[in-house]
Amino acid sequence: MSKPLSFFGGFKLTLQHVARFPVTVSYPQAKRPKQPRQHGRHVLNRYEDGMEKCIGCELCAGVCPANCIYVRGLDNPPDHPVSPGERYGYVYEINYLRCIHCDLCVEACPTQAITESKMFEFSFTNRADAIYTKAELVVDDQGYPQKLPWEDWREGEAEMTGGWMRATSPAGDASFEGVVQWTGDLGMGVKAPEAGQSANRDDEATGSKQLRRAFWRHLNPVDVNDDQRGIQGMMTQMQEKMTTAREKMAQRKKDKAEK
Amino acid sequence: MTWLATVDPLFVHGHVTWIDFFILLIRMLVGFGALMGSVTMMIWFERKAISGMQSRIGPQRWGPFGTLQTLADGIKLFFKEDLIPDQADRFVFKLAPYLALVPAIITFAIIPVGGTIHIAGHAVMLQIANPPIGILLMLAMSGISVYGVMLAGWASGSKYPLISSVRASAQMISYEAALGITIVTVVLITGSLSTHNVVLSQGGGIWHWNVIRLGFVPFIIFWIAITAELNRPPFDVVEAESELVGGFNTEYSSIRFALFYMAEFMNTITMSAMIVTLFFGGPSGWVPPVSHLKWIFPILWFVIKTTIFCFCYIWFRAALPRFRYDQVMDLGWKRLIPLSLGWMLIVAGFIIKPAWGLLMAAAVLFASVILGRAFVLGQSRETGAESVLPPIGQRPLPGHVLRAFTDKEEEE
Repeated sequence: MSKPLSFFGGFKLTLQHVARFPVTVSYPQAKRPKQPRQHGRHVLNRYEDGMEKCIGCELCAGVCPANCIYVRGLDNPPDHPVSPGERYGYVYEINYLRCIHCDLCVEACPTQAITESKMFEFSFTNRADAIYTKAELVVDDQGYPQKLPWEDWREGEAEMTGGWMRATSPAGDASFEGVVQWTGDLGMGVKAPEAGQSANRDDEATGSKQLRRAFWRHLNPVDVNDDQRGIQGMMTQMQEKMTTAREKMAQRKKDKAEK
Repeated sequence: MTWLATVDPLFVHGHVTWIDFFILLIRMLVGFGALMGSVTMMIWFERKAISGMQSRIGPQRWGPFGTLQTLADGIKLFFKEDLIPDQADRFVFKLAPYLALVPAIITFAIIPVGGTIHIAGHAVMLQIANPPIGILLMLAMSGISVYGVMLAGWASGSKYPLISSVRASAQMISYEAALGITIVTVVLITGSLSTHNVVLSQGGGIWHWNVIRLGFVPFIIFWIAITAELNRPPFDVVEAESELVGGFNTEYSSIRFALFYMAEFMNTITMSAMIVTLFFGGPSGWVPPVSHLKWIFPILWFVIKTTIFCFCYIWFRAALPRFRYDQVMDLGWKRLIPLSLGWMLIVAGFIIKPAWGLLMAAAVLFASVILGRAFVLGQSRETGAESVLPPIGQRPLPGHVLRAFTDKEEEE
């Protein structure tokens, strides 16, 4: 806690807040940036060659605490297999009236077939519509989730699906940080791992540099963007610009001296 | 009928013609319309400003920047069901909102909004009425508006509104004393009860404003007292939501509630205008040397000054926590009334002769030392339950008395 306000402190504080941008977001028009590991609607991933990752093992259905997943596996047809393994997910249904978005299915999946996007804004007018089948869950040919007409997709929500998968190295061992143990996704390639467990992290190697670029809004500690933080945010932006300008100047001087 | 001309330059002929009557009517209608319009804008302004201070957005949906939000709320309230509680005193319950609203409107009538303009040979004062007893009228109206709040709470036939109305009557009456005494200083230095003359006497630039001529203290006291009179934060013990549900208007709904709401904001505007009139020269201010539209600048000055005070009320609401009820009474009776009395004596002395003023100042200083000593002695006295009950340890334990009966005892 900061020190208690003096008599005129309250007046000063309230005026300061007038100068700031409001915290409130006018929700349907504008949205708060979502967290990098937001649990949203599920996605059934495919390999880089277009094959489905799901092998119909039903582990996700077994682990689901809400009993919302229904999977039936079937042997792959030998002439045109759906997945690279022996079996594939013949039926895959998720009932979103039951799903609590706990992400346990994502943790259970041995092939990272099921992950979650960051989109949770979708609604139905009858119970049957709440059941997503494989036709809706499987990613499209570019590797991105299908944007169904009743869903409210915004920019960035289809990027980096399955935040949890990139979160940790195997068994949470910090020495494995940045070591990728999963296969590439259709359209996305091998997803960049997330850093943050060990102190001596290498942003280039762990891929957290790209992450930070993608989620610079999300990783902001105060949860408010600089461009929404009024004068204070403007100051920090100015400072950033100044430092980059100074670096450039120094670089130019160096180049000149070398010449 | 010569006194008519001293009241209003419209009647310089000494009699009232039909055209004069017509002009009066138009003046009234315009004044009423302007007040109503400013009330809607005040409600919007308050909601927008306070949401800015609380990092919110505020009304934004209806009209540009949400300016028509008040209109929408009003329409909604009009069409809601008008409930009257079973226990209510029906006549008084219906009467109370008007007792709150009508004084608020009447008080605005005596406020000079601008100078005098000449239209086709008629001198039209930009003031709805200029009664020779203007300031007394204002005091009387603020007295009546207490009835609105008090009767509303009493007639509801409900507990919390009743508590609220008791608080309201006590608070408003006690602050009216300090209010009246500070107004006396203004009247003393003006020599007239008419608000028009009060403004005229402050016409000679910023150094002639009463706030400076009377030495700030009456202005501060007036401001505090009027805030308490309006039941606005930090003196809103009457409408303390966290203690009294909604205060005196808890049982009101539909248009009756809207009337209370309107009266509250109307009073806020009127009293801001009253501060401007009594202490800040009303519409007087710098007028640029232009050939046309000179009359608009006094109005502009008046509006600007009033808006500043309206904003200050909103600012108070955002910045200050609510007083406890005993603190409200303490401030009113122990601080403001003695201070305003003392300052009135000093002002009166200086008006007669500077020597008298200094003598009065010395006397007031002496009296305040005695009063301060009395306060200290009074506070050091042991009060409350501890002063009556026997000391702890010798007291009978309340446990065996207050304990609930067991089932066995109940049967017996």
